[in-house]
Amino acid sequence: MASIIGHNPHSNSIGYSFSQPTNAGNKEHSFYPYTDNGGSVLGITGKDFAVLAGDTRSTSGYNINSRYVPKVFKIGGDQETGEGAHILLSVVGFAADGLALKERLDAVVKMYKYQHGKPMSVRACAQRLSTILYGKRFFPYYVQAILAGLDEEGKGALYGYDPVGSYEREQCRAAGAASSLIMPFLDNQVNLKNQYIPGSGEGHALEAKKPEPMPRDTVEQVVRDAFTSAVERHIEVGDGLQMLIITADGIEEIYHPLKKD
Amino acid sequence: MNHFPGTWGRPRDDVYGPYDASYLRSTGPKAHTQSPAVTGTSVIAVKFNGGVAIAADNLASYGSLARFTDVKRLRVFGNAAVVGFSGDVSDMQYIDRLLESMDIRENYSAHGNQLNAKNLHTYLSKVLYKRRSEFNPLWNHILVAGFDGDKKPFLSSADLLGTTFSAPHLATGFGAHLAVPILRRLFPEERPIDEITKEDAVSALRDCLKVLWYRDARSLDKYSLAVITHEGIEVQEDQQIEAQSWAFAETIKGYGAQVV
Amino acid sequence: MFRNNYDNDAVTFSPQGRIFQVEYAQEAVKQGSVVVGLVNKTHAVLVGLKRNAEELSSYQKKIIEVDSHMGIAIAGLASDARVLSNYMKQQCLGSRMTYGRAMPVDRIVTQIADRAQTNTQQYGKRPYGVGLLVAGVDEAGPHLFEFQPSGMTQEMLACAIGARSQMARTYLERNLDQLNESSRDELITHGLRALKETLSQDKELTVDNTSVGVVGVSGKQGAGKIESFKLYEGQQLLPLLEALERSDAGETKEETMEVDS
Repeated sequence: MASIIGHNPHSNSIGYSFSQPTNAGNKEHSFYPYTDNGGSVLGITGKDFAVLAGDTRSTSGYNINSRYVPKVFKIGGDQETGEGAHILLSVVGFAADGLALKERLDAVVKMYKYQHGKPMSVRACAQRLSTILYGKRFFPYYVQAILAGLDEEGKGALYGYDPVGSYEREQCRAAGAASSLIMPFLDNQVNLKNQYIPGSGEGHALEAKKPEPMPRDTVEQVVRDAFTSAVERHIEVGDGLQMLIITADGIEEIYHPLKKD
Repeated sequence: MNHFPGTWGRPRDDVYGPYDASYLRSTGPKAHTQSPAVTGTSVIAVKFNGGVAIAADNLASYGSLARFTDVKRLRVFGNAAVVGFSGDVSDMQYIDRLLESMDIRENYSAHGNQLNAKNLHTYLSKVLYKRRSEFNPLWNHILVAGFDGDKKPFLSSADLLGTTFSAPHLATGFGAHLAVPILRRLFPEERPIDEITKEDAVSALRDCLKVLWYRDARSLDKYSLAVITHEGIEVQEDQQIEAQSWAFAETIKGYGAQVV
Repeated sequence: MFRNNYDNDAVTFSPQGRIFQVEYAQEAVKQGSVVVGLVNKTHAVLVGLKRNAEELSSYQKKIIEVDSHMGIAIAGLASDARVLSNYMKQQCLGSRMTYGRAMPVDRIVTQIADRAQTNTQQYGKRPYGVGLLVAGVDEAGPHLFEFQPSGMTQEMLACAIGARSQMARTYLERNLDQLNESSRDELITHGLRALKETLSQDKELTVDNTSVGVVGVSGKQGAGKIESFKLYEGQQLLPLLEALERSDAGETKEETMEVDS
């Protein structure tokens, strides 16, 4: 009885069917909006070029969805032919987010060209990509992105990202399922980590080899080696290798079959 | 009786506890689909020389109950594409209504710029991705079969997360485990699609459906099959799995240690 | 002060059934410098005469690329045109994003027409003070549309709007038969010649005051079916203007030959 009399008519604690606050806790969502589609990508820069490569397998758990789903994209070019593009983007992780990210960046680069009458520089694009990723800081694009192009001086430029937009310019970067297999290989072969000049001394006196930009055919060979090795040791990597090379003359695409097992 | 009309005619709070009006709430967290209810199982499809063949059985299950046995899970879009749905049936019907209205809208165009299967797949994948991003997914895995802008056979998949991929043969659900290996053996990916005839493709699908009927507990022996060629779309909605062989069943003697 | 009582807003008819504000907007189009558009079986061409407000200023933009398959030429208020072209650009990007297809030309024209019409029926709005020629290709081939501030649109074989455009239209009407059979380059020449007709005695077409946009079907199968919209400005125009001169010279020769016989 007291509970009925004691009611403040302005409080909503009576049994109105509308605007009734409940003390029921927030419903928990059992739907998980992410998945991992596997695969790996890798980028290396040279003096006047940049290479961005990725395998073409798409997986869901132990299933192979498809043997050809490209992960490396041309940005800012024609939709079908990619003509006119001057930036490359690779995305690995959750493929649907990757595609959405690629399309957003592509639209941004196109609008930039339209509004400013000149193509977006890779540096500007790299910063913009970071902003886009951070814009979804609390519902991230579940992808590791790598951006490649030529900088203002015509040198190869490569930017590596985490899913929420931290980025840095690098000489080389591997990302995705087999990144832990490929990255140490790149450290050694591209940045010449733990390589010393023979006979230059004993112990700490040993002189480290200085990394220098590699010629294009060497880079391509390193990329192929990295992937054939990764395929041996990682089940989510395989089927095909898609390699995009950007130079002052444009973008060249090379496809190599990989093991399909 | 009190003087709060909102409480009249309701079970008394002091007897039954406070009335749970949570289902009437218009504020606060909104309930979204957390799991599918009535579902369809696998859809399978193969590209062949000059078209695509796609099939799905006619069952809609409610959990393990075979609830509706005459559900058409292949939907035709204009004269351009067939969409095969697995997953939640009500979401399928929602998407079907979307497609219907889009088809009508498209037909207003005087210049013959009709959407093809590829456009349709792009659109559907965007719808699915948008809904997953709102944490309110359309609980389906779909296959879209038809032709692309260059009039080449087109087959592609999209799921409730917005993930998309394309391959010469695709299957959703259980079919991804049971049918795809059969299809990959019959039609290796290295082999050009031109070498696969329509008859090969259709009979392969029928075989796959039989295997699924044997091994997928949520499947049915009645199915629909659609063939898309440049001549048009041919849909058969009341097919029956023929020549079943259950001879092997006799040899199954329980499980584990039982040998007698 | 007012010309009459029925032109205070764009939503009131005069007793004669006219909407004066819309007609005034159409006057703004007539004051803009001339643009010409024309199509044949494979291409759509836009040609524009650029004006500089004063010697010290740059030339006003007359042709804008909207998407790789579409461009517009403007006559009238350039700022209104910018708003419209931004809208068109967004819609075209949207179509590519959601359907993966280029926006059909008639569809985008209908959309801007609907926007323009709204401005003639809602209180407090002002009609666009710009006329457009929309040139583009889609599955049905090349198209040219005329757009007026009233919201009127028409598909055209050839069209000219802006100051002194009547001269160009007369030329186009006289040569209509040739247009349809012409090649890509001939079509451009026809466009330039139509534009030249509108010039006053002391003026001529130069690389500074002319602007040409071309889009067409390439005849190739598969990707790159279209010849993307190409804007010719500045030195890029030299070969086109030279072709015009050559063909003018050829024509006068023909005429003298006819006189001789």
